Amino acid sequence: MSADCLDIRNLSAVLANGQRVLRSVSLSVQPGEVRALVGESGAGKTMIGKAVLGVLPSSVRIVEGDMLLEGEDLGRLQPKARRTLIGARTALIPQDPLTALNPSRRIGPQMTDRLVRILGWSGQRADARIRQLLDEVQIRDPDRVLKSYPHELSGGMRQRVLIAAAFAAEPRLIVADEPTTALDVTVQKQILRLITQLQREHGTAILFVTHDLGVVAKISQKVSVLYAGKVVEEADTAALFAAPQHLYTRALMAATPRYTDPFASLKPVDEAVLAGLAAEIADADQAWRPRHG
Amino acid sequence: MDEARIARRGVGPRLWLAGGWLLLALLAAIFAPLVAPQDPLAQDLMLERLPPFWMSGAEPGYWLGTDSLGRDLLSRLIFGGRIAFIVAFAAAFAACLVGSTLGLIAGYFGGWADRIISRIVDIWMAFPPVLFAILLVAVLGTGLSSVIIAIAVIDWTRFCRVIRAEAMGQSRMDYVENARIAGYDRIGIMLREVLPNVVPSIVALLSLEMGIAVIVEAILSFVNLSISTDDPTWGGIIAEGRLSIHQAWWVLVFPLITLILTVLSFSQFGEALKARFDPVLR
Ligand SMILES: Nc1ncnc2c1ncn2[C@@H]1O[C@H](COP(=O)(O)OP(=O)(O)OP(=O)(O)O)[C@@H](O)[C@H]1O
Ligand SMILES: [Mg+2]
Repeated sequence: MSADCLDIRNLSAVLANGQRVLRSVSLSVQPGEVRALVGESGAGKTMIGKAVLGVLPSSVRIVEGDMLLEGEDLGRLQPKARRTLIGARTALIPQDPLTALNPSRRIGPQMTDRLVRILGWSGQRADARIRQLLDEVQIRDPDRVLKSYPHELSGGMRQRVLIAAAFAAEPRLIVADEPTTALDVTVQKQILRLITQLQREHGTAILFVTHDLGVVAKISQKVSVLYAGKVVEEADTAALFAAPQHLYTRALMAATPRYTDPFASLKPVDEAVLAGLAAEIADADQAWRPRHG
Repeated sequence: MDEARIARRGVGPRLWLAGGWLLLALLAAIFAPLVAPQDPLAQDLMLERLPPFWMSGAEPGYWLGTDSLGRDLLSRLIFGGRIAFIVAFAAAFAACLVGSTLGLIAGYFGGWADRIISRIVDIWMAFPPVLFAILLVAVLGTGLSSVIIAIAVIDWTRFCRVIRAEAMGQSRMDYVENARIAGYDRIGIMLREVLPNVVPSIVALLSLEMGIAVIVEAILSFVNLSISTDDPTWGGIIAEGRLSIHQAWWVLVFPLITLILTVLSFSQFGEALKARFDPVLR
């Protein structure tokens, strides 16, 4: 069949109280491709990432759908085998680079540990690899960084370290969950550039979660627009910007400042559009029954 | 960073004063037969109730005076330190081991493990601790090991509660999730990722607990439930001093000062160590 790097089909998830957080989500990421997942806060972007990486909170339950990582059905694997597969083929670039690093361990062992303990590399090889990656993310004083504790580095440095760590084991898929949101604007640009550059050089597929259409345009080839846990539109990035099909996408674009004319067409997402969407989703929920679960 | 620096500067003298006193008291206890000026058990009715060295009537060699049986107070305090420190270390380590392990498991794994452990802690804490200790020693019989067991059995909950809360907080951090994604197993994450972050608190609690153990041992000695009454203990000396407070106040005051200094030093030392161990404050 397909050689999709990631293929999510009809994924639905509910909270303990039965409220749906993901509504039959389907999306795929081809090898080496960047797919942006865009939508407003609370849309379920992070949930999708966590579902793929197998770290959904215990209050969230998947009730239908399949997730295939390089053709392997994650739902069919034993927990242990699934962990091993996810550990070997994926990585996360998180939103908050401070809490994503263990505060009481030095950067060096944190980075090499994974290669040594999970992938069975020798310490020397892991160290060389980490240094190579630190060089790729333009860290010029690796000795100092490797010896530092996370709080001794700046936010931008920490995010570089995490990017290096994510690429170090050559994963096939990286989930980047708003990796620049916690950083200040000048650093954001550098970090985006680094991610793009490493993605190209390593040929890694990325599921790039963001709520920023500007970032979508810069970084991705494909986009899925998520609203209330539902994919309302998906398209090639260029096509989406040229001719957004869905009302919500258009509303989102109208609400995004343009660099050429930041104050011109800025207006909040249209109330009427949202009300229409909410009604549509409520109707769909009425009719919806999970296929199993 | 600046705040951390300031915190650290405050740590210096505290660590040294508290550590200094503890080291002095510990060394004196270890080498008691060498440093004690007199035999702590030797009675001499000719020398009863001698005052401390600066008062008239003091005898050289009896620096802090003698009790109503003519036994040297300083020597008794030094020998009493042996039991105090043995109890402090043994009881605190035992309580720490049990309490921290259960707390770490409850906090990290959550779910039913947490429910069971937390329920046990709640039940445990319903007993008033001192009564609990007296009851336990009454059941186990007096003696060094029952005092140690009693303190450990009562006080593991202190470790369990604090470490559970801390481990729970750490478990919600993204680095733990990252470790899961990387494929580490749960126990490995608990020991290698979460544990180092709660070690500073464990160290502080351990030191605090040593101080508490010293007090509890003193209380048990005071009510005559601790070790055999021949060996001097701080609580025992306090109990005797209370009886002769009007004739020889020093027999009560010096052991009290020793006890308070030791307990305070343990808690201060613990706080200071915590700051040293914490990479964010260091
Ligand atoms: N731990 C949790 N338990 C239960 N529900 C949760 C949990 N975390 C998030 N949710 C809910 O799931 C829904 C989707 O949240 P999610 O974090 O995926 O949104 P998001 O698109 O990533 O938003 P943001 O842009 O703010 O990060 C929200 O309605 C949220 O309230
Ligand atoms: Mg999110």
